[in-house]
Amino acid sequence: MKYDLIVIGAGPAGMAAAGTAARGGLRVALVDSAAQLGGQFHRQPPPELGGGNVRDDPTHERLGRDQSIEQAIQAPAPRRDFLRLRDRLTGVDLHLGCRVWAVEPSFAVHHDGGTLTGERLLIATGAHDRVVPFPGWDLPGVMTAGGAQALLKGNLVVAGRRIAVAGTGPFLLPVAAGLAAAGARVVGVFEAARQMGALARYPAKLAEGAGYAATLARYRVPYHRGQAVVAAHGADELAKVTVAKIDDGWRAIRTREIECDALAVGYGFVPQLDLPVQLGCATTRDSDGSAIVAVDDQMRTSITGVHAAGETTGVGGAELAELDGIIAGHSITGTPLPDGVRRRRERARAFARLLHEVFPVRDGWRDRLRADTIVCRCEEVPYQAICDAQALGAVDTRSLKLLARPGMGWCQGRMCGYAVARLAGEDPPPPRRPIAQPISLQNLAAYPLRSTNDDA
Amino acid sequence: MSGFEIVFSGRPIPVRPGQTIGAALHAAGIRSWRTTRINGRPRGLFCGIGVCFDCLLTVNGEPNVRACLTVARPGDEVTTS
Amino acid sequence: MPDVVVIGAGVVGAACAYYAARAGLSVTVVDQGAVAGGTTGAGEGNVLVSDKEPGPELDLASLSAGLWSDLAAEVGGFEYEPKGGLVVAETPEVLTALTGLAAKQESSGVRAEVVTPEEYEPNIARGLAGGVYYPQDAQVQPMLAAARLLHASGAQIRTGVRVTGFTRSGDRITGVRTDEGDLPAGAVVNAAGTWAGDIAALAGLPLPVLPRRGFILVTEPLPEPLIHHKVYTAAYVTNVASEDEGLETSAVVEGTPSGPVLIGASRERVGYDRTVSYPVLARLAEQAVALFPALATRKVIRAYCGFRPYCPDHLPVIGPDPRAPGLYHATGHEGAGIGLAPATGLLISRVVTGYSGQPGRPIKSGANGRSGPAESGGQLDLDLFPFRPERFT
Ligand SMILES: Cc1cc2nc3c(=O)[nH]c(=O)nc-3n(C[C@H](O)[C@H](O)[C@H](O)COP(=O)(O)OP(=O)(O)OC[C@H]3O[C@@H](n4cnc5c(N)ncnc54)[C@H](O)[C@@H]3O)c2cc1C
Ligand SMILES: Cc1cc2nc3c(=O)[nH]c(=O)nc-3n(C[C@H](O)[C@H](O)[C@H](O)COP(=O)(O)OP(=O)(O)OC[C@H]3O[C@@H](n4cnc5c(N)ncnc54)[C@H](O)[C@@H]3O)c2cc1C
Ligand code: FES
Repeated sequence: MKYDLIVIGAGPAGMAAAGTAARGGLRVALVDSAAQLGGQFHRQPPPELGGGNVRDDPTHERLGRDQSIEQAIQAPAPRRDFLRLRDRLTGVDLHLGCRVWAVEPSFAVHHDGGTLTGERLLIATGAHDRVVPFPGWDLPGVMTAGGAQALLKGNLVVAGRRIAVAGTGPFLLPVAAGLAAAGARVVGVFEAARQMGALARYPAKLAEGAGYAATLARYRVPYHRGQAVVAAHGADELAKVTVAKIDDGWRAIRTREIECDALAVGYGFVPQLDLPVQLGCATTRDSDGSAIVAVDDQMRTSITGVHAAGETTGVGGAELAELDGIIAGHSITGTPLPDGVRRRRERARAFARLLHEVFPVRDGWRDRLRADTIVCRCEEVPYQAICDAQALGAVDTRSLKLLARPGMGWCQGRMCGYAVARLAGEDPPPPRRPIAQPISLQNLAAYPLRSTNDDA
Repeated sequence: MSGFEIVFSGRPIPVRPGQTIGAALHAAGIRSWRTTRINGRPRGLFCGIGVCFDCLLTVNGEPNVRACLTVARPGDEVTTS
Repeated sequence: MPDVVVIGAGVVGAACAYYAARAGLSVTVVDQGAVAGGTTGAGEGNVLVSDKEPGPELDLASLSAGLWSDLAAEVGGFEYEPKGGLVVAETPEVLTALTGLAAKQESSGVRAEVVTPEEYEPNIARGLAGGVYYPQDAQVQPMLAAARLLHASGAQIRTGVRVTGFTRSGDRITGVRTDEGDLPAGAVVNAAGTWAGDIAALAGLPLPVLPRRGFILVTEPLPEPLIHHKVYTAAYVTNVASEDEGLETSAVVEGTPSGPVLIGASRERVGYDRTVSYPVLARLAEQAVALFPALATRKVIRAYCGFRPYCPDHLPVIGPDPRAPGLYHATGHEGAGIGLAPATGLLISRVVTGYSGQPGRPIKSGANGRSGPAESGGQLDLDLFPFRPERFT
């Protein structure tokens, strides 16, 4: 039997949509590559580690100073808003631990354990960290900000003992606060943006920020604006970073070195568009230049029967993602939207646009590149090779890839794609990845895989 | 369920149930477990969510498994990829 | 005004530019996209003599195989690997056909040896009927090859410029119109690959070049080579020449210097449809695993498709167009354009500088009143007649 709806991605957007659709009477499958529900924002610790009482506090509990980090971290209780999303999933078939490698126009969803088919699809595959290269960024100990957060939230492991947090965007705050509260010494938050006054128009968000700021103050974590980590150093692991004051174009003005064993760095997020592009959904540009799925006010994509919600349609945080999911769910079931949802979404969208304005990524990061700085981590393409390819006539992202190999390796350009596109002088084109997750040749040969909806 | 161990290149590594292999290694102070094929550079966790493929290792003979996505099971034998 | 304008910065256009410049002509190359952004960016880079029946295309391929080897020395930087090709037969009947073909090819100057496949490829499936090894088969990285040849040509490269028409004086072509203005030239070479028919149409000339879609699977980079030569099943030979509209696949497997294994090859006539056909990818995977069982657990990390420029008789179009003096075509190479590019470029430079296109005839003064340098003069006894552009009308 076909599902009425298959939702891919169990973050706030996918969970909200699946729950809404199930309540509207549809037979729904919710698929995610992670072993647990929640996506990035609501990433849960393993159930075996248990949680305490339900709480509303977004930061981690404070720990005794004398406890060692490894033993000390206790699983926090799940947040109330996560439980609400989860409880609405009654009747939804969960397919967790299923990595979707392809989606076909027939709405066959192929994952590494089988194939599901549905009448409609909703794509809510979220985003991943946006990173830019700098000397030493491939040293162990340098992680994405989201990666450090996932390690902590999902595994209760702190990325290091002395940690620098750097990049740009409001996300650096919960990362630094979480790490500090978990017992790490956070040597500083280095935020590239300088002017943040515009955010005052959103008092609720300001209050949330103030909460993180209080946590940072409690743990004596300095927050520096207009600064960036411009190099990482160490023999086999990270030992210290070079931090610079930067100008408005992000060129380094004055530098100093800071010892640390971990760096959590992120410059915003890149929407994950592999599956919608496979389906042929039209894309457009977010206000920060990111390629996103084009949707109408019902979260419908250009392909009939396919909706998209959450950060695939524009980065804007968990609340916006959840509202997207609710709207998509009601659109799919044809049920009326509860009062206020649309207005709240407009406001969250506007705030997301403001964040793109306040926390832009400037091309000045390119000044840090040296001839031997690795741009593509997988294929180990140094900056010099990019320049050589340009001298040979590579004028855009694709021809850089064809001539110098950035983006041809395991990660398929997810990590270097932004940087390579900017080096080519353009915004990243929508990704063409017919194989969204690696699949063994024998499993590909066995297409379509034997196990289907009915075997579940 | 209480903690258990996996084996990384002959060395026992404690695991809290439900943790990924990458997280357990990281917590044990092992932050790189692979060298790159061109420059021989050490690599470990980077993105933490399965998109960068820096954290590849071999688990019970299966090569190129993402350590950050793979939940550890008691007795797993882990080696560099 | 340049002596020659080449339309298309793919590997064929690049070779045309290179040899024209070497013949002393000034060259401008225009492409609506980037260097190697067309089918060249989707090609595997095999330089093959093994897959061709004796005849004009094999003669062209043999000439080209030698030229690639020369270019690797003269220009280099495009991962030229003279690694040889191994063609295997699954059944005794196919083996008989294969060895029969090899014998005919040998009389056309191709070197071929009947071999036991596992002696050449230790990881190949057991139980094959046998194989033929072709030492002249080689591989290049096609995008780098195009870029390096263009660079070495010293030609002016104008990317992002689209040809929209021709300027003429009577029948004669005197240059191209582009979205960035007119470009007068002594001669215009249409090396627009799959789109060459559209270019010819701009001059009011029918030229039936059509797309034939092909998918390639790319595996994870392998730390140690599993596959040493280019290896394919003999079924490939019959597929290439097929008239069938439908899907054909045959296993074509090879390692690359950068680590991944490339797996082809599918052939379908579906226009310019880029929609990924997963059943096709699955078939390619199945055939590759049947040929190299050790690939079964290796992962595919990428797949892409491209459109081979083919003509109804499966021969390329190379030479002057008598219907429009000043216009030369270099297209329609289907699945062999990378392999055949240097010979095509050399021949085009010859006809532009006055070679009659018929062996034995002296080189007469060409459109530009110049002749090629001595080293490329006279010796070329290749008959362009089978490749003439007007043969379809
Ligand atoms: C690593 C990381 C950590 C983050 N942590 C926080 C945080 O702590 N606090 C915060 O405010 N914001 C955080 N964010 C920002 C986050 O993007 C948003 O807050 C929010 O989670 C977006 O919701 P979403 O539903 O759009 O997508 P997500 O929550 O990202 O959910 C998308 C889901 O889709 C799944 N998926 C993607 N591709 C596939 C596939 N091919 N097959 C199967 N499943 C797939 C993913 O596993 C994921 O669970 C984080 C972002 C990242 C990248
Ligand atoms: C999957 C696959 C595998 C292959 N493997 C091999 C192989 O192993 N060996 C081999 O020899 N061949 C192989 N081929 C075939 C080979 O790739 C082609 O024959 C060859 O690349 C054709 O080169 P070209 O220069 O003629 O065309 P292209 O590379 O397509 O170049 C034509 C150029 O013309 C430009 N152009 C078109 N219209 C205009 C216009 N109006 N104005 C300006 N510019 C224009 C285009 O932008 C393009 O860049 C393969 C093909 C495919 C699809
Ligand atoms: S850390 Fe990036 S894939 Fe595992």
